[in-house]
Amino acid sequence: MGTGPRPPTYGVGLRPLQIIASLDFAKLALYRFITQFRFSDPRAEVYLADARALGFNNLRRITCQDLYFIEGQLSQENCKQLALNLLTDPVSQSVTWTELPASPAELDSDCLILEVVLRPGVMDPVADQIVRAGHELGIDSLHRAATGLRFFIEGVDRAGAGELAERLLANHVIHHWMVGEITPSFPQENGSSGEVEVISVRRLNPNELLALSKERRAALDLGEMQAIQNYFINEGRDPTDVEFETIAQTWSEHCFHKTFKAKIEVSADDSEVQIDSLIASYLQSATNKINAPWVISAFTDNAGIIDFDDEFEISFKVETHNHPSAIEPFGGANTGVGGVIRDVLGVSAKPIANTDVLCFGPKNTDAGSLPEGVLHPRRIQSGVVSGVQDYGNKIGIPTVNGGIHYDKGYIANPLVFCGCVGIAPKGKHRKAPQVADLVIVLGGRTGRDGLRGATFSSMRMDAQTGEVAGASVQIGDPITEKGLIDVITRARDLSLYHAITDCGAGGLSSAVGEMASSIGAEIELSKVRLKYPGLAPWEIWLSEAQERMVLAVPPENLTALQELCDDFDTELTVIGEFTGSSRLVVRYDQHAVLDLDNEFLHRGVPQRRLKAIIKPTPSQQIESQLTDFNAKEILFKLLAHPNIASKAPVIRIYDHEVQGGTVVRPLTGVNADAPSDAAVLKPIGTKGTKGIVLSNGINPEYGKRDAWRMARAVVDEAIRNAVVAGANPERIALLDNFCWGDPLVAETLGTLVEAARGCHEAARLFDTPFISGKDSLNNVYLGTDGRRHAIPPTLLISAIGLIDDIHKAVTTDSKKVGNEIYLIGKFQPVFGGSHFSKITSTAMHEPVPDLHKITPEVYKAFHQAVKLNLIRSAHDLSEGGLAVAATEMCIGGRLGLNLESNVWEDPPRVLFGESTGTLLAEIRKQDKEEFLSLFDGLPLEWIGTVTQKSHLTVLIHGSNVLDVALVDLITAWNTRT
Amino acid sequence: MKPKALVLQARGSNRDLDVMEALTLAGANPVGVPLNELRTRTALFSSFQLLVIPGGFSYADALGAGKLLAIDLSSYFADEIASFVEAGKPVIGICNGFQALIKAGVFSRKNGNGSFPSMTLTFNAQGHFECRWVTIKPVSQRCIWTQDLIDEIACPVAHGEGNYQVSSEQNPSDLEEQIALTYTRSDGTPANGEYPANPNGSLLDTAGICNYQGNVLGLMPHPENHIYAWQHPRHTRGEVGKSGLKLFENGVRYARKM
Repeated sequence: MGTGPRPPTYGVGLRPLQIIASLDFAKLALYRFITQFRFSDPRAEVYLADARALGFNNLRRITCQDLYFIEGQLSQENCKQLALNLLTDPVSQSVTWTELPASPAELDSDCLILEVVLRPGVMDPVADQIVRAGHELGIDSLHRAATGLRFFIEGVDRAGAGELAERLLANHVIHHWMVGEITPSFPQENGSSGEVEVISVRRLNPNELLALSKERRAALDLGEMQAIQNYFINEGRDPTDVEFETIAQTWSEHCFHKTFKAKIEVSADDSEVQIDSLIASYLQSATNKINAPWVISAFTDNAGIIDFDDEFEISFKVETHNHPSAIEPFGGANTGVGGVIRDVLGVSAKPIANTDVLCFGPKNTDAGSLPEGVLHPRRIQSGVVSGVQDYGNKIGIPTVNGGIHYDKGYIANPLVFCGCVGIAPKGKHRKAPQVADLVIVLGGRTGRDGLRGATFSSMRMDAQTGEVAGASVQIGDPITEKGLIDVITRARDLSLYHAITDCGAGGLSSAVGEMASSIGAEIELSKVRLKYPGLAPWEIWLSEAQERMVLAVPPENLTALQELCDDFDTELTVIGEFTGSSRLVVRYDQHAVLDLDNEFLHRGVPQRRLKAIIKPTPSQQIESQLTDFNAKEILFKLLAHPNIASKAPVIRIYDHEVQGGTVVRPLTGVNADAPSDAAVLKPIGTKGTKGIVLSNGINPEYGKRDAWRMARAVVDEAIRNAVVAGANPERIALLDNFCWGDPLVAETLGTLVEAARGCHEAARLFDTPFISGKDSLNNVYLGTDGRRHAIPPTLLISAIGLIDDIHKAVTTDSKKVGNEIYLIGKFQPVFGGSHFSKITSTAMHEPVPDLHKITPEVYKAFHQAVKLNLIRSAHDLSEGGLAVAATEMCIGGRLGLNLESNVWEDPPRVLFGESTGTLLAEIRKQDKEEFLSLFDGLPLEWIGTVTQKSHLTVLIHGSNVLDVALVDLITAWNTRT
Repeated sequence: MKPKALVLQARGSNRDLDVMEALTLAGANPVGVPLNELRTRTALFSSFQLLVIPGGFSYADALGAGKLLAIDLSSYFADEIASFVEAGKPVIGICNGFQALIKAGVFSRKNGNGSFPSMTLTFNAQGHFECRWVTIKPVSQRCIWTQDLIDEIACPVAHGEGNYQVSSEQNPSDLEEQIALTYTRSDGTPANGEYPANPNGSLLDTAGICNYQGNVLGLMPHPENHIYAWQHPRHTRGEVGKSGLKLFENGVRYARKM
């Protein structure tokens, strides 16, 4: 952490996009460079396979080339130098170039050219680098650049090529595409507008207030609009657009969590209760009642913080980025990762691990059945996964834990949960700005990125700015954020700032607003560095441009911070100062455009009043024993089910090793191809043997049937996964992420209330405090049937735990022939919400598994066994039940298992029923007595042994109900659909 | 006295701290120096005995992994690096550092063919980034980093552009003596180009090469991520050994003589 004292340096920031003043714009020419691989281009096969999967069966071949458009006063020698020294690798690529306009390429009659370029204003880091490196090579007359892709397509007609572009090769939100050759356009360089609109609110009647809210996409209700109206009546003036947008943003569901803070009237059966804030009543209250001394910060900072050891604290935050990922999957997921990393930087911590849990529509969804404007789940998945990969790998943070779930309910509303863990020396995080501190923006520049979401661009921007519409979609730049990590961790060690926060939703308005909320600040917006000119003041203030942090820096530390920024190519801009006036004043060119009372802005939002209805869960009798079933066939189907099958192709493209702290990886075992229950990390730079355990629990199948039991079950699942890997059950903290439908639908809100109650109860039972949480509501779409559909109620519980000695970490792979297998915990298998029910369409009406009160004692006993080194391997029972868990242990160890039981009567239920609180553990024969003594009075059953014969066999009451060769299990589990 | 190692921190380096940990354990005194600082103080080079270009994504891999960092090395530090290499001081480029060094032509022997490198690292044969543990075998006595190493090293790869290929005008066997590390199966037998033992399709299972002089090593895998026994993916199965530390110990031992 940090480099300690360092010699002074001399700022030589390498600034991209420098405009060379001496250029004669009339003489600028545009050149097109085309590069291609001498060997076969590996991308081509991937495109072809994706196209076939989307149903383009006539397509014979796709080949691709890279396009670079470079504008400047370039000599032939310049072009040659750029082509050979910059744009290509001469060993593997060849290059051609031509000045535009040029006559079109001649092609075989059966071959079409399709070209795709980024829309102007969309982040294009490669183009920025071409300009920078061109200058570095001495070509000062290089003005600007753009990039694109060129495809040769064989086997489809023009219409088919267009369809291929829309469905696979381009996304109209960020790309222009054309069958034929394309010329890119650059953002218009018109002057800054500086225009501020005054919005009349004082004389509006209620209907007009609501119309205004709708027109400006403020999503404020009447009570909130009237609160704004009253404030400005008292002020004796109307708000500016900057003020109105700032209030709308600060009071938004995203920033303020109005639903979770609302007063809710809940009716269930005949009773009525009132809940004053779900967060306070259920989540924070659990944390308060548990009152764990090792919780350093819960719910107040950008991330939850707990104790690690005497020297360090660790932080954890999980965010969702659902809507952006539905529209532009790569950019949406990419900036989701970038955003949550900044949350961790916002508590002055160094990010050390990422997590990602993803929910998509089924990959085999019929393309014709998709609602208008919805991308195919395959495309969403490949874009999202690439986005996660791109950001995490490039910034150098290992992606160590996650999951992927498929359900029809996620077709139009994919869910992207991005988590980040950080570590910081204790006592170094500062969060109190002082009067006269400078307000400093670090990192990326400001554009129209993410302004009120991508839908805005099409309705509000006029013809001139329409070309920049794509700019409103956020695309990340992980290398700029890496610079922020380097600068901020060092600035923290040198105590250069008094406070720090990230720019996320709401941009500067939210970041500066939050920081100044008790002290006040004055800001000059014209100082903010822009990606391109022409932004109105409110756009600058509200922009959600990525990779920016806001710091409160005493003026005497500015030079030292600037030097750090120069070293790490990070831009620093002073945009104002903290004042002590308790007011937030924002100016543009010295004219006040915002002047609001902090009390009103941050505490003036009226509490929402909502109604919730809790419907009784349908009749839930345990169904009678199933008789006619083929266990082997069902097991194969379960193993091949996308929710259960191997996720190796996704896991392998994430770097889970960088930073050198990974103790237990997402894949484990002899061939590193079996699933782990949790990740274990030992952050490099920490002393001793202590480690961090990360895990998660999620189960939308349970959520569809019983939100309350689902919440209890997924809290248990997250904790169990951590405990199985070796975490101390008395040192686990939780994060909640609720993704739900429309909370104004009383039944939907009812399930949310039930889930929050379930969280509270489970957290209390396990004594595991919540330290952070987030919600994403209104995940609803209009179906082809004309009705609104919500996603399944989806609760992700993320757990962060500690293990005292990483050498005692437990993995899921079976270890040695002859070792014994125990089924530990209260085994109460049921079929409600089970994957068995999903694939056999039977027993759908059973209840989903419930949490048993003995479970915490079971986990404590198990942890004693871990500490005594008695556990050779262990694995939790989750989707697919005992048979799937046993299979995964076999795959990991490449050994067989003989399981038998004379306790249970109902083979399908034993094999495939799902249960909370249970796990399988492998121990050595000689450890048996010591092991059993730890579980005195607790539910536990000897269930079999590890065998040399590579088979999984199960005997129930002496009758052989399953006997499958390991090799067939491996094949089934690695099925890719 | 501990040899001083210059760990060059470019825009996007991210395994700089990992390699500094390995160098420290190996007995060196590593100092991370941001590229911009080095630009203003090129004289710094001569105060170091080792040069390390760590892994990462310099410039986000724009225009090809390592390409823009290679241009930086050639534009800003050509003389300093040349004299460092000519002095026989140990130099190592890992992953992105290897990509930058190879594209800067550090491993190419000068011939009449101009300044272009005769070998490169291109996209993995699988067509995507991949992270997995591999086994590599030290095969060069010429290379000061691998000489006298007998055991294989187990460590992760994490890259998308690690496929070693040579120019079509080049006879691969002419470059064979520069191969320092090869991919093998976990039992040490040759990978023979088979995935995943050879994770990226590299020619002749090449995982790392050295310059003709033997003091500059470039390799795609990350031995700096296997310096503790608990980092081994099968440590819970009792597997130990094949540490990557000895590679760094070799380099540091050699640097002591400088």
